Amino acid sequence: MITEPLVKNYLTEHYGDDSFRTLKGYEAKNGFDGLRKAVSMEPEEVVEMVKSSGLRGRGGAGFNAGLKWSFMPKGNERTKVLVVNGDESEPGSFKDRLIMERGPFQVIEGVLIGAWATGASKSFIYIRGEYAYAISVMEKAVEQARAGGFLGKNILGKKGFDHDIVVHSGAGAYICGEETGLLESLGGKKGQPRIKPPFPAQHGAFGLPTTVNNIETFSHTSFILSRGLEWFQGFGTEKSPGTTMFGVSGHVERPGLFELEMGTPLKDVIAQAGGVRGGRALKAVIPGGISMPVLPASQIDVRMAEEFLSERGSHLGTGGVMVMDDTTCMVRVAVVASYFFRDESCGQCTQCREGTGWINKICDRIEHGRGMPQDLELLSDVPKLLEGQTICAFADAAAWPVQGLMRHFRSEFEQHIEQKKCPFPDSFEI
Amino acid sequence: MQPATRKKIEALFERYPEKRGALIPALYLVQAENGYVDAPAARDVAELFEIKPVDVWEVLTFYNMFYTRPQGRHHVNVCTNLSCSLRGGRGLMRAIEAHLGVHAGETTKDGRITLGHEECLGSCGTAPVMQVDGRYCEELDEVEAKRIIDELD
Repeated sequence: MITEPLVKNYLTEHYGDDSFRTLKGYEAKNGFDGLRKAVSMEPEEVVEMVKSSGLRGRGGAGFNAGLKWSFMPKGNERTKVLVVNGDESEPGSFKDRLIMERGPFQVIEGVLIGAWATGASKSFIYIRGEYAYAISVMEKAVEQARAGGFLGKNILGKKGFDHDIVVHSGAGAYICGEETGLLESLGGKKGQPRIKPPFPAQHGAFGLPTTVNNIETFSHTSFILSRGLEWFQGFGTEKSPGTTMFGVSGHVERPGLFELEMGTPLKDVIAQAGGVRGGRALKAVIPGGISMPVLPASQIDVRMAEEFLSERGSHLGTGGVMVMDDTTCMVRVAVVASYFFRDESCGQCTQCREGTGWINKICDRIEHGRGMPQDLELLSDVPKLLEGQTICAFADAAAWPVQGLMRHFRSEFEQHIEQKKCPFPDSFEI
Repeated sequence: MQPATRKKIEALFERYPEKRGALIPALYLVQAENGYVDAPAARDVAELFEIKPVDVWEVLTFYNMFYTRPQGRHHVNVCTNLSCSLRGGRGLMRAIEAHLGVHAGETTKDGRITLGHEECLGSCGTAPVMQVDGRYCEELDEVEAKRIIDELD
């Protein structure tokens, strides 16, 4: 169990305080103020407020959360559904687990605000099956919320504001974090992504109009409502307001979670984690989870928000910062990253099913001294066959790490092939 | 399938707009009976859900957390993705493999432990990590990992 982040801000202010995980304790810390504010407004006003706050989804894609809410059809003729994505499985990301374990009522409050705004009467909190503890904490919180009158009929005395939440456990498949893969899985099927359109707002969970948002995204909404736009936009950058939880892992002195403003310089994020371990030199950083292209040490003077990272050819993703020191073999990194995508491809699209395995095989033989000069060409070409060619973005995510590694560390791949062995004997074991 | 399990599954149906939504939670319940779900059990589930056995089977085999064959009494899963690897996760896996005399994916001869690898347990800040019967064991070294494993019955 992880207890609390190493740097706190508004979202995680009370994490570590066990009473915050009880309804009573949550209410004592001004819990549900955001929901009370929301129900004093018209649903359309709430959508507009979240939209104009500029809150970007924290699940990886960074889409405007309020705009997503606005896609839900109006009227009550069909049951509408919210889905909370707690299927966090991207290597390097571990923030949603902490939110569920330490701030479950923040999630519930955010969901209820979303429910009021969109007219949804039912929510599913989809949590990856491995997070057994987070599942039990969320289940207990939902029970307490129900007993306390925050779920059920006429919530907060508002006639017609009916809502219920189901906590649903996944069963171990990365692709179920993908929006439509998750919806298929929730429907009791293989988690294979759907072709869009139709989009989830028209045809989502069980064919019903659905909005899917990440755990952290929902958690920010109560603060936007209760403290106002100006307050919220006082954090972060113009295009990416608010804070986020950066997860720093790998070769740092103090790995962990840090709730910092969006746009915090990457160097400062690493410094918060105590800097590179043992005073060693930094070699590279993956800024947002394993699917994001790597940045070499020479390019880490960048602010941690999508608008800045995309200028560097990478992305913010989930804010999972993976740090590598100068002992690290970047071909090994390619082997580990590419194996992940090979293992987790759902197999639906040929390019992805075959391409992920192909990339991994090439990286593996280069690392083990069996690489051929033409492998470099293949590693440039094969990812292009995946990118943008499949139903979902998983194939893009499989292509980007190897493309980033080849862009910045091609010479290491060449060295392996020339020397017929790995030239980094002190690198991590594979 | 035990009648009590059947009852629990039927109670799940009302949580979902369509019965089929309860399939994954139902498979967990069935798996809890014997530690795995074999073909006859999958047929029972299919009957209860009024779907084809193959529909159940394709769900069962798609997800890592369902097993179609007998498993050890305990599941030890070691995280091998990058954040854990950078801090010795794969070395830890090798050490555990040597300690138990099995490779990842295998069960010890005495049926005590099934060893598995995980492609990220979502605990990167406390790497290296393993999961033992659903419980997270974090910031491990070889000594601590072996101690935890040896204490299992």
